Amino acid sequence: MSRQFDNFALVALGFVVLALLLPLTAGDSQLGWMDHPAAFSVLLLVGGVSLYTAWKGVHGTGVALLIVGLVFIGVLSAIGLMNDGLAGTASWGFWAYIFSLWALIWRGIAHISNTSTLHKGQRVATSIFIPALFGLWLLFLWEMLCVGFGVPGVLLPPPSAIFLQLISSLDILYADFVQTFMKSVLSGFIMGCGSGFIVAILVDRSPFLKRGLLPLGNMVSALPIVGIAPIMVMWFGFDWQSKAAVVVIMTFFPMLVNTVAGLSAAGKLELELMRSYGAGYWQTLFKLRLHSAMPFIFNALKINSTLALIGAIVAEFFGTPIVGMGFRISTEVGRMNVDMVWAEIFIAALAGSTFYGVMALLERAVTFWHPSYRVKHR
Amino acid sequence: MTTEPGAMGLDVSLQKPSFIAVAMAGKTGPVTIVLLVFVAIWYAGAIWMNSTWEIDRFAKKNIDWTMVQLVSKTMQQERPILPAPHQVLVEMNDTIFLKKITSKRSLVYHSSVTLSSTLLGFVVGGLLGILLAVGIVYNTTLERSLMPWIISSQTIPILAIAPMIIVVLGAIGLKGLVPKAIISMYLCFFPVTIGMVKGLRSPDVLQIDLMRTYNASRWQTFWMLRWPSSMPFLFTSLKVAIAISLVGAIVGELPTGAQAGLGARLLAGSYYGQTIQIWSALVTAAILAASLVILIGWIERYVLKKMGTRP
Repeated sequence: MSRQFDNFALVALGFVVLALLLPLTAGDSQLGWMDHPAAFSVLLLVGGVSLYTAWKGVHGTGVALLIVGLVFIGVLSAIGLMNDGLAGTASWGFWAYIFSLWALIWRGIAHISNTSTLHKGQRVATSIFIPALFGLWLLFLWEMLCVGFGVPGVLLPPPSAIFLQLISSLDILYADFVQTFMKSVLSGFIMGCGSGFIVAILVDRSPFLKRGLLPLGNMVSALPIVGIAPIMVMWFGFDWQSKAAVVVIMTFFPMLVNTVAGLSAAGKLELELMRSYGAGYWQTLFKLRLHSAMPFIFNALKINSTLALIGAIVAEFFGTPIVGMGFRISTEVGRMNVDMVWAEIFIAALAGSTFYGVMALLERAVTFWHPSYRVKHR
Repeated sequence: MTTEPGAMGLDVSLQKPSFIAVAMAGKTGPVTIVLLVFVAIWYAGAIWMNSTWEIDRFAKKNIDWTMVQLVSKTMQQERPILPAPHQVLVEMNDTIFLKKITSKRSLVYHSSVTLSSTLLGFVVGGLLGILLAVGIVYNTTLERSLMPWIISSQTIPILAIAPMIIVVLGAIGLKGLVPKAIISMYLCFFPVTIGMVKGLRSPDVLQIDLMRTYNASRWQTFWMLRWPSSMPFLFTSLKVAIAISLVGAIVGELPTGAQAGLGARLLAGSYYGQTIQIWSALVTAAILAASLVILIGWIERYVLKKMGTRP
């Protein structure tokens, strides 16, 4: 027989069969699939669709989207099962069900991501859709593993608990955000990047300084600069000024090195053209060299956006007023209030990603001419 | 025009440029001078920052002080605001060469504690990074679903949540080396993955097509073409990785209650206001980082030479 079965759908089918055979729960409460008719029907539906795709394969994006939709219903039913007496006692039957969903959604995503005949809008949509789906799936797995195995909340709280903590303490989180991000990070970032930029332009006029500073600047980026934090706290006190100082030092060198490298990126031909126009140093700088330095400068800005947040939070471990992300993390860890710590981490991650994303968007707007942004035609 | 090599011209071309001129034309001279200027600024800063306190003391004792007295006093403080470079060097000499290695006050002991978790995290993180890169290069689904998360994973300030990882892992009995190594690993894998994805994709279409005409299997294409051509990328990212691995290990030591390691040394120094101790730990950490990066550079040169790559 030469028929090619769809591997992932077969795996999904196998796990559905296992889910039917193995016990759903462990321990005293011997619940079976029959006690959860809704979940049971979804399980049968998953089995049916797996059988169909195993036989027929996935043809067309529509089928793939249908599979994703079905898995979504499956996920909801799994969460329902979890709340319905499975918490802490889930057994192999349940995990087999999760695995079957996993195999099925992998098949759906694989189909969508391998489709190459998409026009531009759809390409953009899938480039957001697929990672989003993957992230949601990871969140779901996290929740299921935490609740299903009854992992103690001190070790790793489920996402739902973190979310509840997050919305119940928004005011504290906001105050921390203002203290750490708005005051320390932003002011330090602007001062550090600004001074790095200015020094780079000054250094640029002297080839001697360029040769002397560049190797050192490169070396400094390999050094553990965060260690300077306790000294800055001693010098500038506990409030945001000391954190901003750490951020300034951490962001200065990447900016310096990258700008100096970028200023020498202009091509010889263009430079000679400017010369033949009779352009002076400053005209050449503003009309040509700064533009060709932009990709390098934005590279530094992106590196610095993550460095700045790290610097500010780590500096808060060495002494702060009673507000701030680093302060909150270290005190709540001490009180074993891990939900709150994770909520704070979520805010930090969100702030960090947004900061980085804004820099990346700015880069796109400013350096739209750069080859790396030209649309690739497959 | 009759070109006759004039005596002057010949002289100039044959004359060896002086040692200083060679040094200044390259990088050594400028770097040395910049370093010297840096040390000078450091001394000036130390005198300036520590002088307020000394002037106060002179005033209290009603002593007429001269500039020379003031300067010499600012260089000998027990807990200066900014220690002078030679004070740091003396402290480093004391704690590195004069103390026994097993002593709790020996910087060699603390460095070795930090170094061991740095290296463990570096090795595991490097391997993880390579594996992820291979997966991403060979599997489109993995690439499109995982790659955005790998990138955004690094916008999470992991260093900032290091204390939580340490404390939580400590609660389930994992202490000492492993939690710190986990933080280093998390920091390490990212540059390696990014660099290796680029490196494994660096052979151009022509070469890959050639492998196909040889009827090479996927494994052979990987082992004979993609892997060797990714080596320069691998070493570049390994240099970045080992540097941040060290940072991760140091920050990981901050919340462990100041037991051992360079980070603990920093924390203890900041508790007791021992600025000289902080600075000597910092300088040691910097030297450690620089030598690790240089070591990777040596290995890189050796491996590339063995592979027959022209520099």
